Amino acid sequence: MRQEISADGPGAPGTREPDDGGKHMSFGEGGLAVVFALLTLACLVVAAKATDGAYAFHAYLSALASLATVFVILNRYTDRPATLPPLEIDGKPNYNFGPVKFCTIAAVFWGIAGFLIGVIIAFQLAFPALNFDLPWTAFGRLRPLHTSAVIFAFGGNVLIGTSFYVVQRTCRARLAGYLAPWFVVLGYNFFIVIAGTGYLLGITQGKEYAEPEWYADLWLTIVWVAYLMVFLATIWRRKEPHIYVANWFYLAFIVTIAMLHLGNNASIPVSVFSPKSYIVWAGVQDAMVQWWYGHNAVGFFLTAGFLAIMYYFIPKRAERPVYSYRLSIIHFWAIIFLYIWAGPHHLHYTALPDWAQTLGMTFSIMLWMPSWGGMINGLMTLSGAWDKLRTDPVLRMMVVSVAFYGMATFEGPLMSVKAVNSLSHYTDWTIGHVHAGALGWVAYISFGAVYCLVPWLWNKRELYSLKLVNWHFWISTIGIVFYISAMWVAGILQGLMWRAYTSLGFLEYSFIETVDAMHPFYIIRAVGGVLFLIGALLMAFNIYMTIREPEAAAADTGVRNPALLPAE
Amino acid sequence: MNETYRAFAEFAQTWGLLYFVGIFACVLAYALSPKRRREFEHAARLPLSED
Repeated sequence: MRQEISADGPGAPGTREPDDGGKHMSFGEGGLAVVFALLTLACLVVAAKATDGAYAFHAYLSALASLATVFVILNRYTDRPATLPPLEIDGKPNYNFGPVKFCTIAAVFWGIAGFLIGVIIAFQLAFPALNFDLPWTAFGRLRPLHTSAVIFAFGGNVLIGTSFYVVQRTCRARLAGYLAPWFVVLGYNFFIVIAGTGYLLGITQGKEYAEPEWYADLWLTIVWVAYLMVFLATIWRRKEPHIYVANWFYLAFIVTIAMLHLGNNASIPVSVFSPKSYIVWAGVQDAMVQWWYGHNAVGFFLTAGFLAIMYYFIPKRAERPVYSYRLSIIHFWAIIFLYIWAGPHHLHYTALPDWAQTLGMTFSIMLWMPSWGGMINGLMTLSGAWDKLRTDPVLRMMVVSVAFYGMATFEGPLMSVKAVNSLSHYTDWTIGHVHAGALGWVAYISFGAVYCLVPWLWNKRELYSLKLVNWHFWISTIGIVFYISAMWVAGILQGLMWRAYTSLGFLEYSFIETVDAMHPFYIIRAVGGVLFLIGALLMAFNIYMTIREPEAAAADTGVRNPALLPAE
Repeated sequence: MNETYRAFAEFAQTWGLLYFVGIFACVLAYALSPKRRREFEHAARLPLSED
């Protein structure tokens, strides 16, 4: 363990070879340095000729980041020993956990930023004066900042970090590439910075969950292809013949997101010097492509990727094998087959052809089966270890997340039924449903994974305080309950008020009356959000203290995961 | 336009359906085959048996 960590950081004691005479710059190092040097120049030209200030700011930011990259690559080269880190040390894989550590910290940082902005916009809905009449703090700009921060910044870092960890562990192979994993991790986070600052400055293409403009999309495409390459190449060099099911889910997530991203961002920029672009799809086709993307962002980003986390971290933490490996295979393929067709349920009662709406609804209902199959598989993995729920709050968090997954995947098909949707659509019920999935499922399984990962990565015996995890669990669970129950009531009330007619056939309520009726529920929701944020702050403190703890002795880490012997 | 649409819709509703059902049947056969019992029992323990 000690060896792995020291081999990780360039210039660490013990890894430097005494003679640097035979040292050569690799093709990747040299090539990447040249590419980024050229990119610096290109960005400076764009910045000078940019049509608006916000775009020029992004171009300067990119130039600065590119220049810094050149510097870091050269610096890393001068500091490293003549040979690149070995794939194995003493017959054991020489795992590369540096990028995973970065993602773990970044996920906690972005998570808190995203939850905080969520709390702010929740209060803005209850008290509109909090928009401050400034363009940068208006709800319309902060809302995409919140959704992107929690989904792509927090969720994305959790997914990239855990996928790089799980693929190495279950393949028993070092992560492929020397600079490539760092390129993926840093490049992705740079995309987040460009996207987020763009929203605040008013750059958006107005597509939900796909707001970044063409240049950010292009950058993300490059990063994502590198991600796929690193992941595939790591699987390629695996020592374990079987490709574990979590890796299948991660792979489906990576490949499908690439496809969705390309399809939904097929836009033509007005000019290289302008942030503005136009999409090639027109009218209802554009809407269909948008929600094919939008719903599969839910299906493959927020579900498939996090199911991969479930299939690795729950068995690991419970120290039990996967309940049914066969079910996990059927779960995987059924989810992949069905999810991709469910998007049209976002466009019920619109200009989309009726058959397409019905198709979307039918596939959404069918999705219930694999979703619950997966939930049962995750929960039953605890069979023989249920007692751990009492003593281990980390495991409890992950199990509750799977329960929320079951709840949200029951509610989703229900809401996709056209008759139900005629009541729920455009109301806060949808917001409640999304947050049952996002707070309950995605965030909880992520918190569980982060709580597991930090002691493993930083070589500590346990977390700084399990008691604090317990507090985190209960405070944020109460927050979630506040949030979703307020939104259920608000949404159904809203839907019923919108469709209420008088005996003369007039609408019973004006729109502003329905807005007014939402006020108390918006306050309850905001309080729920504050509780959730407090929980996340406790987690950040706990993780900071865990990393500061002295390292576990080598003998201790050996028994960290005692291989379980079957009682045959 | 209408003809093209109909041809595509017909193809999707018949062969498309058969194709997907066929592939899913293959998945079921792969997952449930008793031959792979040992392999899957090993795979289910993969997260636990690491170095």
